Amino acid sequence: MYRYDEFDHDFVRERVAEFSDQVARRLSGALTEDQFKPLRLMNGVYLQLHAYMLRIAIPYGTLSGRQMRRLARIARVHDRGYGHFTTRQNLQFNWIKLEEMPAILAELAEVEMHAIQTSGNCIRNVTADHFAGAAADEIADPRPYGEILRQWSSLHPEFTFLPRKFKIAVTGAAKDRAAIQVHDIGLEVVRNAEGALGFVVWVGGGQGRTPLIAKKLRDFLPEEDLLAYCEAILRVYNQDGRRDNKYKARIKILVQEMGEAQVKEAVEAEFALLRGKALTLPQVEVDRIAAYFAPPAFATQPAVSDALESASRADPALRRFVQTNVSPHKQPGYGIVTVSLKPIGLPPGDATADQMEAVAAIAERYSFDEIRVSHEQNLVLPHVRLDDLPAVHAALEAAGLATPNAGLVTDIIACPGLDFCALANARSIPVAQRISERFADLDRQHEIGALKVKISGCINACGHHHVGHIGILGVDRRGEEYYQITLGGSGDEACAIGEIAGRSFSSAEIVDAVETVVTTYLATRRDPQESFLEAYRRIGAAPFRHALYPTDAEAAE
Amino acid sequence: MTETLETALYKHGDFIADAWRFPTAEESLPPTGDIAVPRARLLAEWGELQGRNEGIGLVLESGEKLEGLEAILPRLGLIVLRIPKYSDGRQYSIARRLRDNFGYGQELRATGDVLQDQVALLLRAGFDALEISHAGTVKALREGKLVAVSRHYQPASVEGVEAKPGWRPWLRISPAAHP
Repeated sequence: MYRYDEFDHDFVRERVAEFSDQVARRLSGALTEDQFKPLRLMNGVYLQLHAYMLRIAIPYGTLSGRQMRRLARIARVHDRGYGHFTTRQNLQFNWIKLEEMPAILAELAEVEMHAIQTSGNCIRNVTADHFAGAAADEIADPRPYGEILRQWSSLHPEFTFLPRKFKIAVTGAAKDRAAIQVHDIGLEVVRNAEGALGFVVWVGGGQGRTPLIAKKLRDFLPEEDLLAYCEAILRVYNQDGRRDNKYKARIKILVQEMGEAQVKEAVEAEFALLRGKALTLPQVEVDRIAAYFAPPAFATQPAVSDALESASRADPALRRFVQTNVSPHKQPGYGIVTVSLKPIGLPPGDATADQMEAVAAIAERYSFDEIRVSHEQNLVLPHVRLDDLPAVHAALEAAGLATPNAGLVTDIIACPGLDFCALANARSIPVAQRISERFADLDRQHEIGALKVKISGCINACGHHHVGHIGILGVDRRGEEYYQITLGGSGDEACAIGEIAGRSFSSAEIVDAVETVVTTYLATRRDPQESFLEAYRRIGAAPFRHALYPTDAEAAE
Repeated sequence: MTETLETALYKHGDFIADAWRFPTAEESLPPTGDIAVPRARLLAEWGELQGRNEGIGLVLESGEKLEGLEAILPRLGLIVLRIPKYSDGRQYSIARRLRDNFGYGQELRATGDVLQDQVALLLRAGFDALEISHAGTVKALREGKLVAVSRHYQPASVEGVEAKPGWRPWLRISPAAHP
């Protein structure tokens, strides 16, 4: 993991002092709310329906046991004993007092954490594959690049007042677990024919009210040009991105309106001026940062664990957990454990202070002190010996964290929705809870197989409904909460935006509608190996529409 | 408490008197003295302007382009970039391009909605003069009460001025007297 040196510590301390001064000026009235708003957003502070919300950065979703314990303490002392892990690998506290903000930031700084640029019209916390450094299919760990980008983008003097927020995601594997094609910049680490590392560069993807898949600007950008090229993209966007309408201000709209070729030309022209200068990555610096992310001292283990095999035979719950929540690790005899934050009937992504501490303790003992936050709102223990899985499973079970549903229908992403958010049209969390309860039966979940359900409470799409296999969007129909279903979306390397199925459903109808979609899939799939998404791509929307809207008139409504 | 006062010009750590004049669109150009005019007038009257012996300056609105001014830029003694609302960040990129791409070395002034919390960013982007009409900001600068981060993670457009601590390639530290 990256560790702060003296400079990094001083930087964060200075930033805490700067923001504390801003808070003091707001509390004294020297700053108007209008003047304060962008300043607090730059530090992750939102004014929500009920209170201030603080969003804490977890760069590329990686944290240590000590950091997780600190988050638990903040939850206990300054919030209501729990926190909410977000789709951007961050953590939100929803009940924070503005006066306590400086104290919280100081506590975070002690464990090398902050809330810089978790909101606002700036470059946001950089996200990465949550299986980074562990995945069997990885070309290179994307986190060193995430860290390099984090540093470069921190309080960047030129890009603090962009037209709109700007999100960068990095993956180091061809299998995209970081949804890079729906980011403002998506980077995929690749090797060229000569074996040199570089990036495929995608630009202009995004969700929100205009979902668009990113365009590929570069098939291969040499590693050393990463920052110069990103600076060129941001410079073009900062000057030419629309500022007349916040809904048209993301770079995806610039790419759409200006055209892919023109954007590329402008970026390349600016890049030509920046290339080979101060932003070029020296190999020694790449190596120095990469060394922080060097693989831990894995033990030499047989690929198959006899201890796990025999324990699984005796314990069906463990067997099921291993099936769904353990993924292949690049090191023989190890596995990647997904800790589901989607227990049946509870809000997705929430963890209590006790649970955070439990995960910290398990990580310290069994996962080389490493924890990840996934954009699917789960936690990950990246390096667990297969021999230790029975003990890890038991410890997770004791903490109420052993739900064996990773990737299944109840592993739902949902935004905070109308329960918390001032922008929402409809509640998200209660719908997620009801779907989760409807499909609670584990045998049935396993029969259904891989299925991503994603729920957003409004068109801003924080719940990523556009890339849900089944997406659910909260809409306002004459003052009532309604829900529109989209089908066939996907945020991976075969990225697709879901298609709207038809008219929206009332809150009372929506769970039945999801069930109708699922039963239609089960009735039409070729065999149990054909996933929902594969079946949808083969047969299209029509069978689902017929099932959802038995009469054509209803479908067309 | 957003009281405004007469504009104060802050340059290189001091408040100074403004030697430049800014004739309005209807006004004819004064025969002598340093003058700065909008982009359209600069281009339209360049033939006449370039014959003057004193300083010629440009006032560029947010969203106006540098393209088309390339030949004129080396002749200018002042470029004023107007920031209509502090959250409009376009002029930061214009400033950096003027300094880094066009090698513009004369006064680069920010005017408009210039507030305390942007001062450090503006200076790093290459501005060396700020026209401030926000009383709290003038007060904070006069009393040396500006609280800003002095350690930076990226090179900006003040490469000669900022220190490079240690061997990490992109680290920079603002000089103590900056702003």
